[in-house]
Amino acid sequence: MTFALETRELTIRFGGHVAVNAVSCGFAPGTLTAIVGPNGAGKTTYFNLISGQLKASAGSVHLQGHDISGLSAPQRSHKGIGRAFQLTNLFPNLSVMENIRLAVQSRAGMGLNMWSIWSSHKDLIRRAEEVLETVALTAKRDLAAAALPHGDQRKLEVAILMALQPDIFMFDEPTAGMSVDEVPVILDLIRGLKTQGDKTILLVEHKMDVVRELADRIIVLHNGALVADGDPAEVIASPIVQEAYLGIEVAK
Amino acid sequence: MLHRLLSGDLPRSRVLAVLLILIVAGLFLVPFIFPGAKALDVAAKICIFIVLVASFDLLLGYTGIVSFAHTMFFGIGAYGVAIALTRLGPTWTAVAAGAGLALLVSLALSLVIGLFSLRVKAMFYAMITLAVATAFQTLASQLSDFTGGEDGLSIRVPELLTSAFPEVPRLFLGVALNGKIISYYLLAATTVVLFLVMLRIVNSPFGRVLQAIRENEFRAEALGYKTVIYRTASNVLSALFATLAGVLLALWLHYNGPDTSLSFEIMIDLLLMVVIGGMGTMYGSVVGATIFLLAQNYLQDLMKVASRGLSGVPVLRDLVHPDRWLLWLGVLFILSVYRFPAGIVGKLRMKAVVKP
Ligand SMILES: Nc1ncnc2c1ncn2[C@@H]1O[C@H](COP(=O)(O)OP(=O)(O)OP(=O)(O)O)[C@@H](O)[C@H]1O
Ligand SMILES: [Mg+2]
Repeated sequence: MTFALETRELTIRFGGHVAVNAVSCGFAPGTLTAIVGPNGAGKTTYFNLISGQLKASAGSVHLQGHDISGLSAPQRSHKGIGRAFQLTNLFPNLSVMENIRLAVQSRAGMGLNMWSIWSSHKDLIRRAEEVLETVALTAKRDLAAAALPHGDQRKLEVAILMALQPDIFMFDEPTAGMSVDEVPVILDLIRGLKTQGDKTILLVEHKMDVVRELADRIIVLHNGALVADGDPAEVIASPIVQEAYLGIEVAK
Repeated sequence: MLHRLLSGDLPRSRVLAVLLILIVAGLFLVPFIFPGAKALDVAAKICIFIVLVASFDLLLGYTGIVSFAHTMFFGIGAYGVAIALTRLGPTWTAVAAGAGLALLVSLALSLVIGLFSLRVKAMFYAMITLAVATAFQTLASQLSDFTGGEDGLSIRVPELLTSAFPEVPRLFLGVALNGKIISYYLLAATTVVLFLVMLRIVNSPFGRVLQAIRENEFRAEALGYKTVIYRTASNVLSALFATLAGVLLALWLHYNGPDTSLSFEIMIDLLLMVVIGGMGTMYGSVVGATIFLLAQNYLQDLMKVASRGLSGVPVLRDLVHPDRWLLWLGVLFILSVYRFPAGIVGKLRMKAVVKP
């Protein structure tokens, strides 16, 4: 079986500090893998290496068996790697609607069209409206993204990823800082993706109950290295996680 | 129809709509309402600067790229036709050849500047454009065999555009329809077309990506937009439209020299016009260019009147003395930028949103 996504000996150094250390891991199509680890373990950096925001010092990234290490972030996006960011990363002065529509437009490969009126592409707008609906932001469609409360910004962040319709979904703590009643919207979306069956999902998440429910598999990063990998119940019970991850969680 | 013409980007404010209609109507009726060479000359400058400011806004306001090389492209257009007309004689072929060559030069230059320096930080990019523009200015004055040096080039234009044409002009509503009037209307019509084309570009899917890049380049990349391509395209387009504005300038003035098209003063004026009108709103170029050029050309006259009226009041009389006009222009602009940071168009649109 070819992995939907695979990293081989993936490594990045910042000066002397090895933030991601020779991580080799394959992600089977249609599975949801949770990536856990304490703060500063290298989870976000690992994501940045996969989606192309950072270039690896060593090792490689493979998509459907093809080496994509040389591709830029936009190229990887077109190949089907989609990414939501841990720190909300929006177009602040553009409307909520436009934030999503831009993702739809990129997916449709329409960016270089200079001669049509953007608003005449009703199909793109309709698609953006559908996505807007799934994160319950329809009522706020005309607000500037920067004017949204934090929870809504997180939803918009996820909505942009949904609008890209990638094959690989990478969520970086999508529910962080959200109020309790907002979290289910995001989790429902991720569940919905799972039931589609063909989407490969990578989820960085600190909430262990969420991980336990959603994940098919957990990998643990610690000091940039992959230190545990396996069935959720097993990994959570393993001493290394109890010590390296949950120990810190409990202490907090 | 109007929706398509304006690319779905309507004024979205009643006051702005009225203002725009007034400006456009004013520009088209100038020869009939305000007779005299000066009024026509100011109106023509407004038209040319609408194109120039709009093209600058495409780069600065929409894409968020700060460049000081914009008047260089303006100058390339003006020198292009001026040189071609000097060498090839006053024919339309010469105009076309000059404009075509100028567009090619601008295309090449903007591509090179774009590709070489778009990868560097915004600050360095601004510096690079400054350096290139300065070098070009020096070059233009050095190559005096071609450019006429500091004196510039006085040119003969195709007969249709000269005030001596036709020998016996027809009168219409008391205005003699000579080549000057024909030039003016050709210029105004070209301005409308070029403005609408730029309005379309910023309201196309491409134009939306430019705004996304201005807002958050990192995220635009993550969405799959290769921002280097978009930024370069924005550079090139903006340069080409500036070049066309330069062509119009030379054809209108029958002259081109460093001070009319290349100087840094014009670059500063341009910045002011964009900011006053409202960055990232094409309509801002219309409002900004009109207000700025009216103030620049008539503030002194206005002050002369005021100064005469106040001749008995000691301090006030000196304050409004016509020699102080530059001071007042400065005060006017500081105030307007302070009061309307989003520019006049931005302010009007904001108001329209607040009170539905
Ligand atoms: N661009 C960078 N330059 C230098 N060091 C960096 C850079 N990016 C990340 N690091 C370092 O790499 C390490 C891993 O950071 P990373 O953000 O990947 O952790 P994380 O697992 O996502 O943590 P958190 O749970 O807090 O989000 C940290 O020590 C961080 O300081
Ligand atoms: Mg992180």
